[in-house]
This record gives sequence, structure tokens and C-alpha cells, in this order.
Amino acid sequence: MSLQEPVSVTSGPDVPDVPLAPAGVPGGAGLGGPPGGAPPRTSREQRLRMQGKTSWRVALRRDWRLYSFLVLPLVFLLVFKYVPMLGNVIAFRKFRPGGNPFGDEWVGFHYFEQFIHNQQFWTVFWNTVILGGLSLVIVFPLPIVLALMLNELRSRRFKKLVQTLTYLPHFMSIVIVAGIVLQLTSLDGSVNQVITAVGGDAIPFMQQPGWFRSIYISSEAWQTVGWGTILYLAALTTIDQQLYEAAKIDGANRWKQTWHVTLPGIRPTMMVLLILNIGSFMAVGFEKVLLLQNPLIYSTADVISTYLYRVGIQSAQFSYAAAIGLFESIIGLVLVLSANFASRRMVGASLW
Amino acid sequence: MVTETTTPDITAVHASLTNVKETRGVAAFRIVNVVLLTLITVLTVYPFVNLLAKSFSSERYIAAGQVNLVPRGFNLDTLNYVVSDPMFWTNYKNTVVYTVLGTIISMALTTTYAYALSRRNLKGRGVFTGVALFTMFFSGGLIPNYILVANVLHMRNSVWAIVLPGAISVFNLLVMKSFFENFPAELEEAAALDGMTTYGVFFRIVMPLSKAVLATMTLFYAVSMWNSWFGAFLYLDKKDMFPVTVYLRNLIAAATQSAESQGAADTVQIGANIQSVTMLLTVLPIVCFYPFIQKYFVSGVMLGSVKG
Repeated sequence: MSLQEPVSVTSGPDVPDVPLAPAGVPGGAGLGGPPGGAPPRTSREQRLRMQGKTSWRVALRRDWRLYSFLVLPLVFLLVFKYVPMLGNVIAFRKFRPGGNPFGDEWVGFHYFEQFIHNQQFWTVFWNTVILGGLSLVIVFPLPIVLALMLNELRSRRFKKLVQTLTYLPHFMSIVIVAGIVLQLTSLDGSVNQVITAVGGDAIPFMQQPGWFRSIYISSEAWQTVGWGTILYLAALTTIDQQLYEAAKIDGANRWKQTWHVTLPGIRPTMMVLLILNIGSFMAVGFEKVLLLQNPLIYSTADVISTYLYRVGIQSAQFSYAAAIGLFESIIGLVLVLSANFASRRMVGASLW
Repeated sequence: MVTETTTPDITAVHASLTNVKETRGVAAFRIVNVVLLTLITVLTVYPFVNLLAKSFSSERYIAAGQVNLVPRGFNLDTLNYVVSDPMFWTNYKNTVVYTVLGTIISMALTTTYAYALSRRNLKGRGVFTGVALFTMFFSGGLIPNYILVANVLHMRNSVWAIVLPGAISVFNLLVMKSFFENFPAELEEAAALDGMTTYGVFFRIVMPLSKAVLATMTLFYAVSMWNSWFGAFLYLDKKDMFPVTVYLRNLIAAATQSAESQGAADTVQIGANIQSVTMLLTVLPIVCFYPFIQKYFVSGVMLGSVKG
């Protein structure tokens, strides 16, 4: 408090800025001066200046051009991100098309009870959990393995070639990916060509619920594995080569070097990506599932997001679908927060 | 991997000792590794080759399940058929228009926002950053978004429903922010001393020196805009407003539905060659530019990872 030395402007403001800021968020609330309780000796303005901070009044006058840059993006976020968040109140209110966009009358948890007592909801819920779980267990580790394999290559040319070609599917529209998958798995598609070539009978993959999960996971792997290596390859280059030398002296063979040097070296990257993946767990590739599924295979291929699309948009049961959507978003948020918390506690790596 | 040891001391002796033991295992591993990677690459590329082969094959061979790597019954009829559909070109043109417009809007919003957030002395910086970050982990969801765009803003059948709702990608925002944060402060300070305002510094100093990151972000937005379909599918009813992805989606859906309703196995592939050609023409711009722009994409992702 009594520190008189000026705090350097470059190092100071970043961190201590945060706790103060909510007092006068974007609006003009902060302009009106201190909200009471000014300490006896100095005014708020002086006190702030001593700590290397400025009041909103000074900041706005000094940086108004910079703040003008913020106006449009903030309006965008408000309208297209935060208004829909508030729009979730229709999960608790009866919505009539053409009526109040925030619903007409309060019904409490009516819609939540409705879906919790709906057998179909639980089918799609478990489909979502299984599909998300399989993606996490099977698809998530693949880029790590591929990155390690690429890292062992001696020929830079070959490495470059493999990278270039395996990145490619990442840039395809989901519509194209779905189209390709449907063609490959059709009765006269390539997969069945192989099956009949080895003497089997062609399988109508997209008409049998038992196949959907394998097909979805394979297509996910195909599309994301190559691109997923980028961050791991970047992390691999930052590992200190001396660690390998030291491990060699200690008698570690290559597997042990990989296990004790390489993997710990890329662990922070792994954790961050894992947390992000867990966060999108409930949203499992909505667009892709929507494009791939058909009524014959709903028993495995229908997930929460596609179900709420059908009941919400196609059958116009907005409030009911919004309740399901809110449920899904909250699970997603809780998952990402707990994953982040657990990772920070156990591994020391976290998103924030 | 690093066999050439630079220090000719114990390390080298030790390495040579262990190398004797490892040589055979390591050599075997190398071969297996190269074989596996080749296999993975071939599997990744195969669907595209298959697409290409089907595009120029005759329906007869496709339906018989005889087309894999090379076209059978080579012909350009399907290509001619698709490109002679005026609706295809209308939709293709729409995709170009939406991509250009959407990219411009996204870039304008993202660049200015990222620049402001990158100024360390901006008061409220933490809050303004948090406001964007939060949307990464919690979103309003499909239904409230739909009500907003369709019922409140009345954007059904308008181009704005396609280009506005996803205008800012938080990931891209963070990448740009961390780029601007590493921008040499001396340049800007010097410009400010010369009497330049923030606008002057931004447009005449920062922008021209950030061409690489701007190009990368433009590509990110352009590709995702080019590939997008769901917004259009949701908000557009008029066929002549569809982007080509929705045109393609409807083509595939029609083929699948006819197969289901008849339950007959051999109808699944009706129009397989037409679908293939349409897919081919849709990915063509991306595949053509891809070899040249790939490094920008990679650098963009790296840039984002700096900040974690």
C-alpha cells in the first residue's frame, strides 16, 4: 500500500488487472468514479496510478481508438454467442413459434422431466457416451503413435510426403467425407470388394446398426490422425537431445528412451489436447453423424445432438429440444472443467 | 535417432557399445516403421483415388463393384452431365461468394479484436479475453441459435445467416493475439512518437508486417467457409441460394433414400459416378491450392500452440 516506487508498465498490469475489472465491465459503470469506500489518504485514481493501473475514465480517454476496435467483435459475441446462451431459458418456458423468442410461460423443469422419462432419450444418450468414449480411447492416441513413428524416420523427404498426404483429409468438407464413407461401405464399394474377393458375402453396412460405430470411428481416424500429429511433432522437437544422451549412458534402450524421455516430453501437449477432446465429448461429430445416419440404423447411430435436431428443428418442439441441448452443454462444461482441474492437480498441465 | 555424437568422450564409446547390441533390432524396427507408414499413407489416399476412378468410370462397372484404382469404361459423360447442370454452377458460385464475404467479415472482426486484446496496457483485457474464451466451452446450443437467427433476426434465406453466426473462431483469435503480442514493441513506440495514432500504427505498421499470419488466418477461414454446409442447410430454403456442399448433400441423400425405400441392394450406387464427379469438383480448388498453402496451415497451428 505504501509502496512509492513506480511499477513498471510492461510487467505489472497483466495479472493484477483481472480482479478489478468486473467492477466496470464494458459499459460506463466505471466512469462514474469509485463506488464509495475511498480510502482516507488517497483517491482511487491516485491509488491505482501508484499500482501502475489506470481508472476506466483515464483508460477510455487514452485508448479510445483501441476500444473502438473492440466494439464490433463484442457486439458480435453478445448477439451470436451470449444471447443464445440466455435463449436457453426456453428450456424452462413454453415456446410458441411466432411468440416471444424467450418463451411465453414458465413451466419449470417440465421439459427436463419429459426427456428424462423418455426411453428414446436414454438410447441416444448411451449412443453418445459410447461413441464419444470410443473416439477418446481409440482415435485420440493414434496421432501420438503416428507422430512417434514419423519422428523415427531418417528420410526427411519421406516424412514430408507422409505428412502432406495424411493431412489432406482434414481439409475436406464433412459432406465429402460422408459421401466417401457411404460410397466405400456401399454394397459395391471398396470394402465389400475386398470382402467378396476373399470369399465373403457383401455386407450392407449402412443398413445394419451393428456396423455404425466401427465405421464412424474409422472415418474419424482417417480424417483426423494426420493433422493431429502436428502439435505432437512440434512438441517432439522441443525435447532436449541431451536427455537422450543421458538416458543412453544410463543404459536405456530405444523403447525405454521413448517411454522415459519422449512421452514425458510431450505430456503437456497430450494433456491439453485430451482436455479439449473431453470437452467436446458430448458433441460427438454432430454434422458427420447427421450425414451418415439413416432411420434403419438409428438404434446405434442416433446421438443426442442429432436427436435434438430432429425433434427441435424438424418437429418444432423447441422447448423440449432446448432442454436436451442445455443438458448436453452443461455436461460438456462440467467435463472440461473437471478434466482441467484433475490434469492441473495430477500432471500440472492445464488449459488455464 | 541421433547417432553422430559430437563429443568424442565416454558418450561416444558408450554409444558405439550399445549400438552393437541394438543394430539388428533397430534396423528391423526401421523397416517395419517405413512399411507401416507407407501402408497408412496408402490407406489415407486410397479413397481419393477411388473417387477419381469412379468419376470417369461407367455406371455399369461401378454397380458391378469393379472400380477401385483405375477408371473402368473410361468416359467423360458424367463430367459433362454434372457441369451442364446450371444449378450446379449457381451453387458453386454461391459457395465462392459466401466464402469471400464470410472470410472478409471474419478477418475484420478477428484482426481488430486480437490486436486490441494483445495490447498489454489495455484496461479490462482479461475480461475481454475471457468473454471470448468462455464461448469455446459453453455455447447456446442449436435451438436457441436457430430461434435467434430465424425468428429474432429474420435471416432465413439471407446470406447473413451463413456468414455471420460463426464469424469469429476463438482458436484463430488466440493465434492472432499471441502473434501480435510478440510483435516488437519498439516499432509501435517509434511510430507513436512520430505522432501516429493507434489506427495509423495498426493499419500502416502492424498490418503490413503481419502478412504471413494474416494469410494463414485467411486460409483457415476460407477453407472452413468453403467446406461448411450446415448453416446453409438450416437457414436456406431456396435452391438457387444453396452452396455447392448442400447441393452435394442433397444428391447423396437422394441416392441413399431411394436405396432405402426400395430396399434393393443395387440401387445404392445409382448416381455414384455423379456423386463422385460432384465431390471431385468441390474439393478441386482445395486440392489444387493445398500443396502451396499447407505450410501456412501448419505454421498457424504451431503459432497457436505457443500460447498453449
